[in-house]
Amino acid sequence: MEVNEQTAIDHGLKKDEYKKICELLKRTPNITELGIFSAMWNEHCSYKSSRLHLKKLPTTGKKVIQGPGENAGVIDIEDGDAIVFKIESHNHPSFIEPYQGAATGVGGIMRDVFTMGARPIANLNSIHFGSPQNKKTKNLLRGVVHGIGGYGNCMGVPTIGGQTSFDSSYNGNILVNAMTLGLVKKNKIFYSKAAGLNKPVIYVGSKTGRDGIHGASMASASFDEKIEEKKPTVQVGDPFTEKLLLEACLELMAGDSIIAIQDMGAAGLTSSSIEMASKGNLGIEINLDKVPCRENKMTPYEIMLSESQERMLIILENGKEDQAKKIFDKWNLDFAVIGKTTNSKNIELYNKNKQVANIPVNTLVENSPMYDRKWKKTKLPKKNKIIKENFTKLKIKDVLRKILSNPNVCSKEWIWQQYDHTVMGDTIQKPGGDSGVVRVHGTNKAVAATVDSSAVYCWAHPLSGGKQVVCESWRNLISVGATPIAITNCLNFGSPENEDNMGEFVECVQGIGEASKYLNFPVVSGNVSFYNQTKEVGIKPTPSIGGVGLIKDYSKMVTMDFKEVNNLILIIGKTEGHMDQSLFSRSILDEKNGPPPEINLFNEKNNGETLLQLIKNDFVKSAHDISLGGILTAICKMCIKGNKGFEFKKPKFLMSEIEYFFSEDQGRYIVEVNPKDLKKVINILDKNSVHHDEIGEIIDKDLVLNRKTKVTIDELKSYNTNWLKKYMI
Amino acid sequence: MKSSVITFPGSNCDRDMDVALKKFGFKNKMVWHDEKELPKSDLVILPGGFSYGDYLRCGSVAAKSKIMESVITFAKSGGLVMGICNGFQILVETGLVPGVLLRNKYLEFICKNIFVKIDNKDNPYFKNLDKEVFEFHIAHNEGNYFCTSDQLKEIEDNNQVAIYYCNNDGKTEEIFNPNGSLNNIAGIFNKEKNVLGMMPHPERMIDKSLSGDDGSLFFKNLINNIK
Repeated sequence: MEVNEQTAIDHGLKKDEYKKICELLKRTPNITELGIFSAMWNEHCSYKSSRLHLKKLPTTGKKVIQGPGENAGVIDIEDGDAIVFKIESHNHPSFIEPYQGAATGVGGIMRDVFTMGARPIANLNSIHFGSPQNKKTKNLLRGVVHGIGGYGNCMGVPTIGGQTSFDSSYNGNILVNAMTLGLVKKNKIFYSKAAGLNKPVIYVGSKTGRDGIHGASMASASFDEKIEEKKPTVQVGDPFTEKLLLEACLELMAGDSIIAIQDMGAAGLTSSSIEMASKGNLGIEINLDKVPCRENKMTPYEIMLSESQERMLIILENGKEDQAKKIFDKWNLDFAVIGKTTNSKNIELYNKNKQVANIPVNTLVENSPMYDRKWKKTKLPKKNKIIKENFTKLKIKDVLRKILSNPNVCSKEWIWQQYDHTVMGDTIQKPGGDSGVVRVHGTNKAVAATVDSSAVYCWAHPLSGGKQVVCESWRNLISVGATPIAITNCLNFGSPENEDNMGEFVECVQGIGEASKYLNFPVVSGNVSFYNQTKEVGIKPTPSIGGVGLIKDYSKMVTMDFKEVNNLILIIGKTEGHMDQSLFSRSILDEKNGPPPEINLFNEKNNGETLLQLIKNDFVKSAHDISLGGILTAICKMCIKGNKGFEFKKPKFLMSEIEYFFSEDQGRYIVEVNPKDLKKVINILDKNSVHHDEIGEIIDKDLVLNRKTKVTIDELKSYNTNWLKKYMI
Repeated sequence: MKSSVITFPGSNCDRDMDVALKKFGFKNKMVWHDEKELPKSDLVILPGGFSYGDYLRCGSVAAKSKIMESVITFAKSGGLVMGICNGFQILVETGLVPGVLLRNKYLEFICKNIFVKIDNKDNPYFKNLDKEVFEFHIAHNEGNYFCTSDQLKEIEDNNQVAIYYCNNDGKTEEIFNPNGSLNNIAGIFNKEKNVLGMMPHPERMIDKSLSGDDGSLFFKNLINNIK
């Protein structure tokens, strides 16, 4: 097949990019080479629009063992243990084929983690759907949930947390972000950097088929009416094979025969071989006849671009092939020596004794395009004038019912009950709390993890929104008593070629960077997903932040359920009554304008660290951060979980009850303390200059809002739990 | 007391079971599906998971694996064999216990705490348990027990129903049935009551900081019964 400018454009490359390829090669590429370039240079693999901005993120710290650039980030959790973790998107495939798209997203991220030698110990996910009224939403939700469960449950890795939201901006482009944490000994971490000449290059795992060809390129384009035609670009998952691959790899890793290992994810054999060669500053020679194929007569082009799942590429020490093969034979997996490392610094491919591609590795990686895209700054929107008289018409109980049953607040039990969240026998905090928590097997330590996003805030003001998501992650970890360590981010945005969308990206990244730097909560891994749009309309900017923290002694873990009648409830952090962009304003008043709540990083850090101090002193009986839906929503959830009531004291503030209950000021937590500890608690709070209010006490039953309004816990439960179940019938 | 946990390709509760057994004093060995000989054991366990991916009928491939010949012989000679979740599915496929396990009624995987009633105590597993209602944990997609009415009659005549789904008061009504199981059946014995298959996972309930602690009561009692 002849290659020309048009073939390049059909591969998603731009005219300039094609010109640059010809210049770098000093000739016209053949079709296989063009395919390789298109796979390496697309947005998904090359980060060509985002690289420039991602460089500004803080990625180092005392606890960081490995930052971005490897298969996943690695952090130190003391005693020689480390946690490997990362979040990744699988948005485009999940919209085209929800079950397989979501399943392979989960499979892919787990592979990233065990490639580094870590046994996956927890999964989380952040999934976002169109408006519930949209006719596709229900089936997409069902398919995605089944897909995530289908893969994670079979792998035997607990899914301990997540986040689900609904917004009409995802009608034509849902988001599926999957996160995995793995546990590894610090001195047994594996990397993807090739080293040494003439070392055997080994292919293990499933056979290569024709599925997922050009998956990464598909993920780098916008959707239009023809998306159904792209179904063949969606990969098909086989969790059983991945479970075998996990066990086989960990068995091989227990020895010392591996030099480098890399999973075949996006752009399959192409990106895995090229990344290993590039990091080792070496060449790689591959004989495509040796690649185990599922189908006959696969062309070099198809073999190189297939995204068949559950495959790994390994560079072994010489002479260790037989020993390694035995392990993969035991687990019934393919094992083939397909090539060797060379000093050519080129990737050379052979098929039937003929060279079919020869490309300098650096042209594919370092010389890949990088763009400084045009972007527009977002001004802070003007505050809305709230007409307080409108509030007096509202019945607080009706408002509460609407808020608790709002799709974005309601209980997601229907979802997480379909995920095995207890397998491995170490889950000590299940989904539905502020963070999921798993013990570090056989120790007194535990790891907490959460995934968060606030698309509405990011949409209203990307800089504030970016900061807010990082702070929310930090708060969710602190609420369970974990010391926050680091984050991973999955940046879901519209087209980088659109100045508004690009502006959202740049400013969200800036916000994430500022907050994570201030909180000493560095970014150690992540991915960028652009082109989340259908035709010209992008999604709301949705950075998902996955946060990880450590609880040194898990007996000190805190949960959010109210514990004991007569205990007092304090709010840490100041309530100022910020209503714009709150769930109340948006869903009850139908007011979509205005700025998101302001982030004060000093208070954020101070409040969080002080709460941790209280928790370490055993003063905190339950805790919950205040987020979407404000104080009252948070209190209701604590009542529901603990099956206890609560009575509000009349607030002394100069604001209406509605503002007090539903405003979404940041940096706040609700904590339960025993009356006997109150003095000591207030002492610590005052000493640290942390604003606090005592707002009431836990009672046996009923939520008592004021003299006129009382709601039973059963009513609260029915508001909160029924919506999703009914919707999914 | 010696126990053996069989690991099939795709088993994923094998480690959890190993941890639980050791915690309560068993000397446990992990046995690979491809072995021929079963080590000397007082108890053999088929753990949960997705043996062979459960791409065919759950448990059907595992039921034919090499080690299962020895397990079946062991069971037929009166040895204690317990199948949990996927292990239960494997047991019904071998025919050691009667019936089949269909997909859950609402076609969804269910992972949650449930209550079970154990009032059938004339057997080595439950003898001497001093209460009837236990909080256990389930995590499965195919736990909907079914058998023909003739089989059911035989099962009931022989007192082979091991456990029922119920509420915290031990009421075994349909609304407390999580998966559509016939008569709320959660576990079944063979006629001789040395083979037990059940969907709930006692090994996930062995610590207060986990989902609960009722599994501990089960395991402590079990090892005392075997001694």
